[in-house]
Amino acid sequence: MQRFGLGQPVRRSEDPRLLTGRGRYAADVRLPGEARAVVLRSPHAHARIRAIDTTRALAMPGVLAVLTGADVAADGLGEVPCSIRVNGRDGQRMPRPGRPLLAAERVRYVGDGVALVVAETLATAVDAAERIDVDYDPLPAVATIEAAVADGAPPVWDAVPDNRAFFWQRGDGDAVAAALAGADRIVSLALANNRVVPCAMEPRAAVGAFDAATGRYTLYTSSQSPHGVKKGLSAHTLNVPEEMVHVIVGDVGGGFGTKIFHYPEEALVLWAARRIGRPVKWVGDRSEAFLADTHGRDQRNRLTAGFTADGRLLALKVESFANMGAYLNCFGPAIPTEMTGCMLSGVYALPALHAVCEGVYTNTTPVDAYRGAGRPEASYMLERLMDAAARELGLTPDAIRRLNFITPDRMPYRTVTGPVYDSGDFGRRLDAALAKADWAGAAGRKREAAARGSLRGIGLSSYVEICGFQGEDATIRFADGGIEVLVGTQSTGQGHETAYAQIVAETLGVPFDAVTVVQGDTDRIRTGLGTSGSRSLPVGGPAVKRAAEAVIARGRGFAAHLLQADAGEVRFAEGRFETAGGRGIDLMALAEAATDPANLPPGETVAVLDATARFDLEASTFPNGCHVCEVEVDPETGRVTVVRYTVVDDFGTVVNPLLLAGQVHGGIAQGIGQALMEFTAYDPDSAQLLTASFVDYALPRAADLPAFDIAFDGIPCTTNPLGIKGAGEAGTIGACPAVINAVIDALAPLGVTHIDMPATPEAVWRTIRAAKTAA
Amino acid sequence: MIAIALTVNGKPVAAEVEPRRLLVDFLRDELGLTGTHIGCDTSQCGACVVHMDGVSVKSCSLLAVQADGSQVTTIEGLASDGDLHPMQAAFREHHGLQCGFCTPGMVMSAIDLAARVPEPSPADVREWLSGNFCRCTGYHNIVQAVMAGARAMSTDG
Repeated sequence: MQRFGLGQPVRRSEDPRLLTGRGRYAADVRLPGEARAVVLRSPHAHARIRAIDTTRALAMPGVLAVLTGADVAADGLGEVPCSIRVNGRDGQRMPRPGRPLLAAERVRYVGDGVALVVAETLATAVDAAERIDVDYDPLPAVATIEAAVADGAPPVWDAVPDNRAFFWQRGDGDAVAAALAGADRIVSLALANNRVVPCAMEPRAAVGAFDAATGRYTLYTSSQSPHGVKKGLSAHTLNVPEEMVHVIVGDVGGGFGTKIFHYPEEALVLWAARRIGRPVKWVGDRSEAFLADTHGRDQRNRLTAGFTADGRLLALKVESFANMGAYLNCFGPAIPTEMTGCMLSGVYALPALHAVCEGVYTNTTPVDAYRGAGRPEASYMLERLMDAAARELGLTPDAIRRLNFITPDRMPYRTVTGPVYDSGDFGRRLDAALAKADWAGAAGRKREAAARGSLRGIGLSSYVEICGFQGEDATIRFADGGIEVLVGTQSTGQGHETAYAQIVAETLGVPFDAVTVVQGDTDRIRTGLGTSGSRSLPVGGPAVKRAAEAVIARGRGFAAHLLQADAGEVRFAEGRFETAGGRGIDLMALAEAATDPANLPPGETVAVLDATARFDLEASTFPNGCHVCEVEVDPETGRVTVVRYTVVDDFGTVVNPLLLAGQVHGGIAQGIGQALMEFTAYDPDSAQLLTASFVDYALPRAADLPAFDIAFDGIPCTTNPLGIKGAGEAGTIGACPAVINAVIDALAPLGVTHIDMPATPEAVWRTIRAAKTAA
Repeated sequence: MIAIALTVNGKPVAAEVEPRRLLVDFLRDELGLTGTHIGCDTSQCGACVVHMDGVSVKSCSLLAVQADGSQVTTIEGLASDGDLHPMQAAFREHHGLQCGFCTPGMVMSAIDLAARVPEPSPADVREWLSGNFCRCTGYHNIVQAVMAGARAMSTDG
């Protein structure tokens, strides 16, 4: 049994299905009589819609419906809302225009949905969409923060004439001003955190059905949050009671934040299904994913920090702009504000902070959570700052960090930004990572590279992040001789079916294979907050564990009754209830016996061992660690090659090291991608997305990445019952600054002290050329 | 409509298809072989890789009529009697998949590499997989899996 318990590299129960083509993703769902839908999207970043003529499309054989924003309004459907309250500079509440299911009067970014075409076949629907005549009156558009806040910029929303969507601040401006005035050294840094396209490999898809007899809607969708979608449909877009909506999520081909949210297409297919009396399927293609799925990051940050002469950080001022796109998406405004701001102390004992952030509307795809969601932005700022300060103060990157680390003896530590860290030994992680990466030998490797005409650099980042939000229910039920675990988190590739089964198998002492995890069905699972913020194992894990413990507690009563003993003397171990005298019954046999009403103990009314338990997170968790990146730069082409990558992480208790390593690998790859390759380019005049396909957007390929050398050294989290800290986002959070610090280190002999992400060959080449010209 | 006849996963298939019908759509929509995935519309991602006459091809870049008379193998055709193909088994053993969406294409592509290079180096694998995107794994474990799978295939063979 131990072979499948906590801490073991159990091979995944998901894999046989996914490896043999038996996975069931939303696009694989096929309902009898289903019609195919496509969304006609705006080719303009900003335009008034004068008229939409659907006559030619409707006249085509095989076309079942052509629906527009006017139909949406006539049927009383709602909008996809933003759930974060936002205020203006004066503290007054700002408007939060919702995202319409189909734009009726004005389109605000390239990709805004304008019409839904439903036809017998996909090909017919595509052909018909081309025959819809939309009379657009193009308007001037803004693509960037700089353009949007310029005087006289065209407003994305008339109600927000200066495009400033919100103003947010945290901290003590006076204290920071005083500390900066008294500092020996001021270090300033202006950083661009580039916009990235999440690019889950499975494009979103939605299949909707409507049962006219019951009035119930059934949606198959690709989502990280089945219950969130259900709530969105019920409360905001379809406006029907929750019990009339059933959301089913099968296998999900990656999410990374993008699939947390309720999207217009989910409501559109259900609405269309009701209107035509047949199921309707929409499968997004990659171009649509680029245009219409939420993007990530896109912040501009100006940092001003005060240090003592010997390198102690005294105060930090952060002034940020965040590009929110054309609409405030679901959690969008929370990312550059609370989610970035709460981690601006990082691993450092920061005495004073003042952070302000302005959200800005542009005629671009809405920006929301992307793996890490604010925490990578905070980490990038702090770790770039530490390297810049080290350079200016004549310290090494590791020395300035050690000087400022929050030390283990100060745990639990309340940061100036709010969170209380329960545990963490940042120096130990740094030491281990530097040793593993042979940091000391880097100088020799640089010399060797220089002899070959190559520029070699090494960089590090010490990160801490915040994980695990809110609570989760879990139910364990006995069925067909096995055990089902029902939980409202949603795997999008992390391997929850395996990890939760490990927890249950260990707690109940049953074979791993006897446990089946059920997720993604809002009829079978009453509640759920889905998977985001690395919350599934830190929150779902303890909920599952508690449900298993509740089964044991119930079982003890049943066993005592059957064995004619006192419950107090029945002990449970290795899947078996036993009396002190050695009489006993196996859990699975007891579960079977419990279904016979004759075996009900006194006072017990329910003839099953099934149990539900809830875990509410009282405190967040704080995964942390150290990344070390080593690069070589070709001075002729500007091409950066990551030659070595080392990580030592503290994730607390490890459930499955194999799955954990996979999470870190994937996170690093996304971080390297953002740092070196992933450039989301909008044309500055037309606000057309120029990188709207894999031909144009540089997603990392296998040959772009190195092997990763990672190790875990966990201090169990003191505020989590299982000691788990969460790991889904950490790789992304540590990677960007480590990579860019390494690139700057490589270019340092040329006098380079700054480069923005993505450090593409062109950007690096230009930086090298500018440095040579200056010298 | 054009009549085609081919063998898919060892079984004869005859069908009438539109000239513009892509092989991937034919496999997915008409034969119900949904293990072959569509991850892009520009022939970049490789989620749709199948074998045609033993060679890996992107089924999004072929018309169904071009497969007329050929032997097509999809991810569904690899395992036999419930036993995973050595490459499939290697992906499981080395945790070479997370969300599983790119996996069928990765496995089909990797088997073709192994047939050509029995003991590929990490660099060989990374170079060969240039036509297959993965967003979950960072490729680290995929490289391990492909090397192990290739070794297992040459031992079995």
